Amino acid sequence: MGMKTDEKLIMNGKRLDGRKKDEIREIEMKVGVIPNANGSAQVRFGDTVAIAGVYGPRPLFPKHLQESDRAIIKCRYNMAPFSVEERVRPGPSRRAIEISKVTRLALEPALFLEDYPETVVDVYIEILQADGSTRVTGINAASLALADAGVPMKDLVVALSGGKINDTLVLDLCGKEDNYSDADIPIAFMPRKKEITLLQMDGELTPQEIKTIIKNVLKAGEEVYKKQKEALMKKYEE
Amino acid sequence: MRPEYVIKLLESGERIDERKFDAFRDIKIETGIIKRAEGSARVKIGKTDVIVGIKTEIGEPFSDMPNMGILKTEAEFTPIASPDFESGPPGEDATELARIVDRGIRESGCIDLEKLCIKEGEKAWQIFVDIQIINHDGNLIDASALAAVAALRVTRVPKLEDDKIIRDKTEMKLPLLHTPITVTVGKFSDKFIIDPLKEEEEILDSKISVAVMEDGKICAMQKSGESSLSMEDANEMIDLAVKKSKEMRKLL
Amino acid sequence: MAETREIVIPGEVLCDAKEKKPSYGTFIEDGKIISKFLGIPRDSAGYLSVVPLSGVYLPRGNDKIIGFITGVEKAGWMVDINAPWSAFLPLSEAVDEFIDFKKTDISRFYDVNDVIYAQVSDVKRGDVVLSMRNPMARKLKDGVTIKITPSKVPRLIGKEGSMINAIKEKTGTIIRVGQNGVVWISGEKTDKAIKAIKLIEKKSHIIGLTDEITELLSD
Repeated sequence: MGMKTDEKLIMNGKRLDGRKKDEIREIEMKVGVIPNANGSAQVRFGDTVAIAGVYGPRPLFPKHLQESDRAIIKCRYNMAPFSVEERVRPGPSRRAIEISKVTRLALEPALFLEDYPETVVDVYIEILQADGSTRVTGINAASLALADAGVPMKDLVVALSGGKINDTLVLDLCGKEDNYSDADIPIAFMPRKKEITLLQMDGELTPQEIKTIIKNVLKAGEEVYKKQKEALMKKYEE
Repeated sequence: MRPEYVIKLLESGERIDERKFDAFRDIKIETGIIKRAEGSARVKIGKTDVIVGIKTEIGEPFSDMPNMGILKTEAEFTPIASPDFESGPPGEDATELARIVDRGIRESGCIDLEKLCIKEGEKAWQIFVDIQIINHDGNLIDASALAAVAALRVTRVPKLEDDKIIRDKTEMKLPLLHTPITVTVGKFSDKFIIDPLKEEEEILDSKISVAVMEDGKICAMQKSGESSLSMEDANEMIDLAVKKSKEMRKLL
Repeated sequence: MAETREIVIPGEVLCDAKEKKPSYGTFIEDGKIISKFLGIPRDSAGYLSVVPLSGVYLPRGNDKIIGFITGVEKAGWMVDINAPWSAFLPLSEAVDEFIDFKKTDISRFYDVNDVIYAQVSDVKRGDVVLSMRNPMARKLKDGVTIKITPSKVPRLIGKEGSMINAIKEKTGTIIRVGQNGVVWISGEKTDKAIKAIKLIEKKSHIIGLTDEITELLSD
């Protein structure tokens, strides 16, 4: 967001990568990719690749961080130095710290944390390759990793971005679109009752446009949910 | 598996995964998997899983080597890879691993750094070798070194236009002169062990990592572990490392 | 492709709350019974449960478990039971004779790294108390321990012990299986037994597994 370009991001209904305005990039999901973790998954949306690992529920120290009646969930979103165009120094940036927090809040409502008092569920997300919408890709991976880990859940969490480029409302923004968009809205929700757990926006939109984007994302998210379900089942097929 | 069981097996001449003492696990190498990076590779040795990404940036050459490109190697042991890893800046193990891999590349003259000079004393290409551990099941050093070299071999240097890096245009393949292969040999009691598993590493007395060049010469070595080594042991371990490096080299 | 038992995912609606009663691994929302886990639904006399395909051990009273002594305290021992909480074995639940713990070093009974076969006597939120009063309780000497996913323990044991007994017989080993997913094996062909156990863990959801195991053990 925020950058300006003369280049047209969408022309004759086709985006830079040939997609239609409401088309999601190619999706690949694989569950159980990190043997050491209790649960894990690798998710790809076009050229954005995220890998998530879940450890827990496990003991939490120091004791003063424990909650007596439930588990706590900790989340760490991290970008590999080679994941972006210009190499980024390892270590948490302020952006990564904020994304870690909103990711945690996107996943927490879906978990039955009361079943494991005084423990912690650690969720780690590594972005291996960034081409826009990394936080929602990370959330999709984390949701699968939590299910794979056997953490009791009310529902999976589905995430997808929506936005506006060249006055057109679109779904699943890639990197370039993200940079030059009029607005970018990452959304995460629990599909059964369409309960939203992540909602962020930057840019400039009318309230009506925002509502339309939310509606579109919630509908298109069903496709992502289907892929998540397939990925979970696939681990147990031969 | 508990340490007592690992020790018992080793003492009776067996390993947990029934391998020979000088055998590698299954090794898989995939290159070019990170499109955003100028070079990349993912290496799996058994369940150990490491990704190396190579990024090329512009930087200032070192004052004592004004006409050479710059090599920087870093490693991250993020907690995603093992319950033993903690969040935070690289600890001594991650730092040591990065420096071992770096020495193998640097001392072998692997990269033709002179060809990476842009303007003497002012500008040169910086080659960043970033190691990400995805799953730790022992022998991270060999896996990381192999991934680094595999990634460097497919790395391309982007075009420069008016001092701006145009990443989707290639100037040249990264100029390479040599291919170092690093093999770590562990010692437990009187036995030498190749490619130790995580549980085996925890009970090793000591180990030596040896970086070997195509002609069999050695360009870097590192001993680690709490026990001392006799000269005979060290010699035997070095010979074993050189022998096994030939096997690993064939996989590239 | 092998035939698998039906698998459900977290949040999947199983049936109407009027049709069955909810049991472990399910919850009720808006009049529907829904799965909490990625697992296999099981109907037992109208009670619908979901057995998770993975997950940590959740200790319950009377569970027979295998634990590792991690600490010797004044009046008992800290025990690692492969759960998100550590357990405590009180001196009074482990030793019959009267011991003046102020004067005695109780590590002579159980010491750090000892392996014990014990029973969960009480679970209160995060506190797990063990007991060794049950006659089956004992220190397990020598042998090897491995860990499997706790929810797969019933599959490993088999109907009335059929699966685990077959493994014991064919490999000439003594095997103790803890509800907490820790398995202790001792005997000549320990590695063969371990292979069979790992195969059961990997394929617990596949129909026809028993035949595959029989084949493996016959070699």
